[in-house]
Amino acid sequence: MLAILLAFMHTQAVGTPEEDRAVFLSTFAVNIPGIPVSQYVHGSMMLSTDALNQYDSIMDFPPFQEVIDRGQEIWETPFKNGNTFTECFENGAVNIAGKFPLYNEKLKRVITFEMALNSCLEQNGEMPMNYIDPETMGALSAYARSLSDGMLMQIEVASASAMNKYELGKTLYFRRIGQYNLACASCHLTNGGRYFRDELLSPTIGQAVHFPVFRGGERLYTLQMRYQRCMEAVGAVPFESGSEALNNLEYFHSYLSNGLPLQSSVYRR
Amino acid sequence: MNPTKERRVFLHSAMALISSLLLPSTVFSRWDANAYNKIDITDSIFSIGVTNPGDLIEANDAIDISLPEIAENGAIVPITVHSKILDTKRIFVFAEKNPQPLVSDYIISKGVEPFVASRIKMSETAFVHVIVLANGTFYRAARQVKVTIGGCGEE
Amino acid sequence: MDKTVRFRVRLKDNVADVKIMIFHPMETGYRRDKNSKEIIPQHFIHTVNIAHNGEQIMQVHWSRSVSKNPYLNFRVLSASEGDEVTIAWNDNMGQSGVGKAIIS
Repeated sequence: MLAILLAFMHTQAVGTPEEDRAVFLSTFAVNIPGIPVSQYVHGSMMLSTDALNQYDSIMDFPPFQEVIDRGQEIWETPFKNGNTFTECFENGAVNIAGKFPLYNEKLKRVITFEMALNSCLEQNGEMPMNYIDPETMGALSAYARSLSDGMLMQIEVASASAMNKYELGKTLYFRRIGQYNLACASCHLTNGGRYFRDELLSPTIGQAVHFPVFRGGERLYTLQMRYQRCMEAVGAVPFESGSEALNNLEYFHSYLSNGLPLQSSVYRR
Repeated sequence: MNPTKERRVFLHSAMALISSLLLPSTVFSRWDANAYNKIDITDSIFSIGVTNPGDLIEANDAIDISLPEIAENGAIVPITVHSKILDTKRIFVFAEKNPQPLVSDYIISKGVEPFVASRIKMSETAFVHVIVLANGTFYRAARQVKVTIGGCGEE
Repeated sequence: MDKTVRFRVRLKDNVADVKIMIFHPMETGYRRDKNSKEIIPQHFIHTVNIAHNGEQIMQVHWSRSVSKNPYLNFRVLSASEGDEVTIAWNDNMGQSGVGKAIIS
């Protein structure tokens, strides 16, 4: 009984972002010894050859290709004013997603990649998209992120105000919520890499790089939609996608995956 | 053997020889609604032309099947079948506990390898039966696949 | 030409390994619409005819038990560069589609 209680307690990481990341890394090195950090991107599949074989087989020719193709159509269709999405981003949006979320000093808030897509629409006189609509923002994000596949996650926390947002995200990560009274850290830090019933809990590091996911090969979830599902799973009312709370969480959460390569549109069970 | 039977056997062989020269070597057919609507695995297997259970020859070594041990998601289970049996004409795939167990069938001509990979739906943990028709004989290999309910946080 | 069929072809030693995907709901008829609660009717591909340079080499019969956006991998024998592989599909609602690929 005490062991079970202890298993779900956790101490909040204290220190600089790099020190936080080190705490997460050392916890996982204990929970899943011998597994290279590069494998963490496979999350709950990483210890099962059977699961990875299915993943490889499906990813070889994914059934959700048509969603990515639709996203490409949205990306390439000019706005009413003749501009296109590529003009809103540096480098034509190639190899940039790994820098998001970033802290915007002027606007004094965290900007996610999906927010940047919506800003682009608004700046060009178009209606912004609904963050949780798989047909619009989901499809667009799936394609737009693919332009950065392979890029390493490289989140920066460069100022005191940025650090403030990072800390807000971290506080939410460690806060117990919902009817089950669990924090993200309860499962994914303290027990990241361990089994909970028949589920392998994915470690925090390696999660933020592989979104959107297509669960069962068909249900699209952006990272923030996935946060919402997790909150519902512990019996909490979820924050909205695009809210400051989830943006700050994504900022903190993504930083922890710095150094790992991005891969958009992946299969998950 | 009485003379009438001998004559019948001879005529039968002669007809078979003539038929094989006149008919195309591969016979393509319409989708068999009768077979695909069967709800019981035994009825399904009978409906494809197996007349007695004893007619099915167990051939786990001659039919290579690649399937997961535990399906990540029952809606999309990758399956690969390669028949090493000479003159494979048709490959049938069944998922024993599906509402209609016959999943798919493939008519193989000399123009393709007796090989097929696809993705199937399985409603629950069950045996997948692969039946190969070659030279008028039905051969079977079977493998169990465990199917669980979706992952963390899924409906 | 049809946008419903995707091909990936690899030729080696006169054998063309062909992978196709047909974008199709393969609806079982067991699901209900989340809002209206009505049953979504069966809608699935039942037959796929595959030809190599105009001659039929394989026939595929599918059912509702085949996954959505069905995938198929098969191997064409006696294949050469420039050969044509044709996929013709038909579903239970009378819809159909055709896809062609040139082996290279």
